[in-house]
Amino acid sequence: MIKKNNTAVHLSQEALQERLKERKEKREVSRRERQKAREKRSAERTEVVEMRRGVYDNKNKFEYALKLEKGLTEEIVREISESKDEPEWMLNKRLEALEIFNKTPNPSWGPDLSAVDMNEISTYVRPKAQLESNWQEVPDEIRSTFDQLGIPEAELEMLSGVGAQYDSEVVYHNLKQRFKDMGVVYTDFDTAVREYPDIVQEYYGKCVNPRLHRYAALHYAVWSGGSFVSVPQGIEVDFPLQSYFRLNAPGAGQFEHTLIIIEEGSSAHFIEGCSAPKYNTLNLHAGAVELFIKDDAHLRYSTIENWSRNMYNLNTKRAIVDKGGKIEWVSGSFGSAVSMLYPASILRGEGAQSEFTGITFAGKDQYLDTGAQSMHLAPNTSSSINSKSISKSNGIAIYRGLVEIGPNAHGSKSTVSCESLMLDSESRSDTIPTIRISTDDVDLGHEAKIGRIDETAIFYLMSRGIPEDEAKAMIVRGFAEPIAKELPMEYAVEMNNLISLELKGAIG
Amino acid sequence: MSCLVELKNVSVNVEDKQILNGVDLCINPGEVHVIMGPNGAGKSTLANAIMAHPKYTLTQGDILFEGESIVELSADERARKGIFLSFQTPIEVPGITVEEFLRTTKAQVSDEKISILKFKKSLMPHLKDLDLDEEYLDRYLNVGFSGGEKKKTEILQMKVLDPKFIMLDEADSGLDVDAVRIVSENVAKFMDETKSLLIITHHSEILTSIEPDFVHVIMNGKLVKSGNAALGERIQKEGFNFIREELGLKPVEEESSAQEA
Repeated sequence: MIKKNNTAVHLSQEALQERLKERKEKREVSRRERQKAREKRSAERTEVVEMRRGVYDNKNKFEYALKLEKGLTEEIVREISESKDEPEWMLNKRLEALEIFNKTPNPSWGPDLSAVDMNEISTYVRPKAQLESNWQEVPDEIRSTFDQLGIPEAELEMLSGVGAQYDSEVVYHNLKQRFKDMGVVYTDFDTAVREYPDIVQEYYGKCVNPRLHRYAALHYAVWSGGSFVSVPQGIEVDFPLQSYFRLNAPGAGQFEHTLIIIEEGSSAHFIEGCSAPKYNTLNLHAGAVELFIKDDAHLRYSTIENWSRNMYNLNTKRAIVDKGGKIEWVSGSFGSAVSMLYPASILRGEGAQSEFTGITFAGKDQYLDTGAQSMHLAPNTSSSINSKSISKSNGIAIYRGLVEIGPNAHGSKSTVSCESLMLDSESRSDTIPTIRISTDDVDLGHEAKIGRIDETAIFYLMSRGIPEDEAKAMIVRGFAEPIAKELPMEYAVEMNNLISLELKGAIG
Repeated sequence: MSCLVELKNVSVNVEDKQILNGVDLCINPGEVHVIMGPNGAGKSTLANAIMAHPKYTLTQGDILFEGESIVELSADERARKGIFLSFQTPIEVPGITVEEFLRTTKAQVSDEKISILKFKKSLMPHLKDLDLDEEYLDRYLNVGFSGGEKKKTEILQMKVLDPKFIMLDEADSGLDVDAVRIVSENVAKFMDETKSLLIITHHSEILTSIEPDFVHVIMNGKLVKSGNAALGERIQKEGFNFIREELGLKPVEEESSAQEA
């Protein structure tokens, strides 16, 4: 699924300077514009609306009780580290994280996580554990989903998480050469720890902290696999980097670590996952994604996640964006029993920007608690969150978001738009936005819309000969269109197929 | 000649409220019928009931199409038989382009796979007839359309689906003179001796290019008077009070079609 006509542009030093200068000028102009707008707003402002603060104000109670997990022991963690032949510092990080994990309770808010089975996890993460799964063991309904999604046979085993090797060595090899020519490093995370220890050590754990929550700590204790991307200054990688080449390490589908560094003035598009369901023997996914976007750099991070229905998807994704840089998140969350996923953009450089476009589909017995966070820590930063959710047959889709505007973030701008579509009267949807503002010079917009699927619209489509199911699917596809539009063609097609399958209830 | 569409003693409720009360009507192939009546008389109800709108419940009688009862059929099944309703207020469907929508409906109604390029090409003459730009095909269905564009889209759908029985519900309301002319001309051009047309209207503008064979007046859920084109012209001039008088009803003050425009 590699894009044809790949071309990489390696900018000369002059061109880079030129570009940086250009961006600087642009920034200067927009800064002046913002200044003007700000003055105007300040003059107009008369009152501050009281904000609903929601769960982000709740403090987790720390329980220091001796609730040592039977499942996960120091011995297991050491074993993992040893099997990877890791440097000392990494082992220490793991052990430190294990300690944090053991002290940190489940969050006191959101879906119930008590069913996450730690014993199962500890068995699984042992490096010598026999991964008995094979293609025959993948449940029929998931296999038939692959068929219905039209995924080529060659990729099936890989995508289902049971294959050992993705059958595209040649493609991958060519890519490697291209990266080399550009100075881009793209490798799996295990290799990165060995081959690029200085870079990894400098950034690892600096964006997603193990203390963030229980499953971030767990991740740092047992991580395995994942991707490492480093794009040097002034490089425009103009074809998407796709991560599923890299999912072949044991446990990689569960606790993968992704670290991406985009240096000054560079840009890239990274695509994580695939819209086929990932079948895993384990019921927990706790990956961590750390993105560093330097001055005037640009990263688009697209994900379509579709987990099997036994999965607790507790993934943590964060980006730190420097001066004039930009992160764009495109996120589709499908499948899983429970998902808690709130990609965060930390805008720490002046004029940094973030854009989040996401869709969540909660079908039968699913509880998907998703959203996005924008943290404005520098002046004139801007963020936009555009979240959509669909819920069906008692599925629960919650938008939980945060916009935080720090005391230095004057002249910043944030817009949040949440739209929920409930397909029947059993499904549930809610919006929990938290907004914290510590400066009075901001421009903030929030819009939430929750509604049921429009009967009149269904009738309208039916009156043109479209059967009821297809009419509903069409309305839902239309609802999801703004997200599909942001995805590369093949992913958009798969997402639409996935929506149709979800509507039919055909996915196991 | 046997009726293309036949209503036999049709009564219809909307949310337990009776709107139509024993309507009989036979529309033969090639005929143009016009239904007029004051607001709330049941004109749109008649069209929606024929199209199987779920909010309109048939409480009595039968609706036949080509001699067969269709009351058990859903809206999409009726559409596939060749019944078409141009809505008074077409619904906006965000995220679905006009072209994609048309192609889906065409595939459903004609029950065949359609080549994307061929289909797009086949739309071009229709767009020209309706004075619509090609880029309009890429817009989301009815989203942000002007009143004229919405009505033209309905007519475009009609042309693509090629139905046998067409109902136009207030196809002329809220349109400028040019748009009404274009709609009217396109409908007239579309008609032939095998197709029938039922026009629900307040005005006569839509009839500039279409000569009605029958004009029916509906009041309080009943067809109270039928005539030829002359009846329509008279109503256009005088309103409905002369009919109320004939029926021994009290004349109503505000009843003038001009006011409703």
